[in-house]
Amino acid sequence: MSTTVDERVDAPTPAGTDQPKGRRRPFRAHLDAGLYLTLIAAILVMSVPLIWMFLASFKESGEIYSVPLQWLPEAFEWANYEQVATSIPIGRMFANSVFLTIAGAGLKVFLGLTCAYALVFIDVPFKRVAFVVVIFALLIPSQITIIPNYTLIASLGWLNTYQGILVPGLASAFGTFLFRQHFRSLPISVLEAAQMDGAGHWRRLWRFVVPMSMPTIAAVGLISLVAEWNDYLWPMLVTDNTDTMTLPVGLTLLQSLDGLQNWGVLMAATVVVTTPMLLIFLVLQRRLVSGLTAGAVTG
Amino acid sequence: MTAQTATPTATAPSQPHSAQRRAAQRRKRLRNLGFFALLAGPNIALLLIFVYRPLLLSFYYSMLQWNMGSSVARFIGFENYVRWFTDPDTPQVMGTTAIFAVTTVGGSLVLGLGLALLLNKKIFGRGIARTVAFAPYVLSGIAVGMLWLYIFDPRYGLLSTLLEAIGLSSPQWYTTSPWALIMIIIVYLWKHVGYVALIYLAGLQGVPQDLHDAAAIDGAGKTRTFWSIVLPLLGPVTFFLLITTILSSLQSFDLIKAMTDGGPLGSTTTLMYQIYVEGFQTGRAGFASAAATILFVILLVITAVQLKFMERKVHYA
Repeated sequence: MSTTVDERVDAPTPAGTDQPKGRRRPFRAHLDAGLYLTLIAAILVMSVPLIWMFLASFKESGEIYSVPLQWLPEAFEWANYEQVATSIPIGRMFANSVFLTIAGAGLKVFLGLTCAYALVFIDVPFKRVAFVVVIFALLIPSQITIIPNYTLIASLGWLNTYQGILVPGLASAFGTFLFRQHFRSLPISVLEAAQMDGAGHWRRLWRFVVPMSMPTIAAVGLISLVAEWNDYLWPMLVTDNTDTMTLPVGLTLLQSLDGLQNWGVLMAATVVVTTPMLLIFLVLQRRLVSGLTAGAVTG
Repeated sequence: MTAQTATPTATAPSQPHSAQRRAAQRRKRLRNLGFFALLAGPNIALLLIFVYRPLLLSFYYSMLQWNMGSSVARFIGFENYVRWFTDPDTPQVMGTTAIFAVTTVGGSLVLGLGLALLLNKKIFGRGIARTVAFAPYVLSGIAVGMLWLYIFDPRYGLLSTLLEAIGLSSPQWYTTSPWALIMIIIVYLWKHVGYVALIYLAGLQGVPQDLHDAAAIDGAGKTRTFWSIVLPLLGPVTFFLLITTILSSLQSFDLIKAMTDGGPLGSTTTLMYQIYVEGFQTGRAGFASAAATILFVILLVITAVQLKFMERKVHYA
């Protein structure tokens, strides 16, 4: 309401508002131009590589290996994508990645939720010890654990299996930590009322705590989704068979198959790996960013 | 149960009541214990099996003369550490690790802060800039490495065309020594700058307008306000970013794997990459575990030092 009134007052006298600053105008215009040039440069540096990847994936090899460089493909052909599909079972890898990402992120959120609930709402004597176990795990990078975990997974016969890729990374320290921080901010009175009404822990968790925590759950879920999809080191170590291989591992496999680097084909495969995350990012940008920056606020 | 409460003892009348209460409390405690085990148990068990067990085992492996996949192992004490410290490759590996960490951390903090200051201005197009700046952060490191490998292609890459346009010739990025590492550092910065910028942006938006106003009244210009007021207030954010970027830089793997595989001549092999090469390519698992332990100690010391520093410094935020 008030804004429309303001606009109407301002509208007839646009010059009036500019007048006092008039004397500094040239300097300001100069500054603004510099600002915009920097902004445009930043946008170009960040976006051109991605646009270039998409364009190259549709170019024939003659168009890719041309000097001087050809910006746009003559026609948008799918030949490079077909070439990818004949070199590696990309459909199967895509399905593997989708399955492992959804299962991994889902289980991670579930484990984090239940663990954080227990750490916050259930009184047991050794609760602090359990919390320290979770927190200290945040300081142990997964890269340190690869050799012992690899020998364990190999001895279980889990190489080239879904469980071999999935299970070692399921434990959720970061998610548990974020959920715990959030749960501690929940109104305790609601949970006490639920307890009075005879709701047990399980019911209190799913009927009261979870619905009150949806933004945090979405944030943790999305971070896990991105992390699982992009995960490379561990899936690469435990798979050398294309039946269970994920997309990023398939991409380096394609790179190694291709003696001469055939950029059109490699860019087509790169588009397949990156597009799902780009789409999720564009659609759910706000939630994803709030999740990824949550650590900064709490930590 | 009821029979027990119905038989009062001669002493105090309140005793049966408290005994009943104690029994109920014990039941409740047991039930809580059960629920706790059910809800927290799986996650904590997974942490113990796949995080703590391998951490301890890694210390143990580091004392073995043992090759990956072999069933023969010999206990050699700290010999692997002695070998690592006296290895002719170690100075190069640690030099590369240090250069990579310092340039990526410093670069992403400076560029990220600059980008955040730009995005904090109310100008047209900042929404687009925000989106494109952050997008690379959510993409696979392998995919990002691959697409930049194409851009850096010394003959057919986009970059060589741009360099030629300003009269320079493209270096042989893949195969010559300082350039391969510079290439990876540039790509790392491209991928991570958006994250740093967004964290800084959140910090900038937390600086109260009052302070800007007060500084302006006191006659401080924009530059002065930035150095004397905004930057000190961003101290805690900077410390947080310092920790997270050092940790992620020291652990980075995907870009190196996709772009250079540690080469040429080991010039892009960081400590992290050395663990992978020794453990899984040359198969010296004992030696690799010693290197892993050294990396873990470095990460832990950095975290501890910074946490201690943060405790002292952060309070005015």
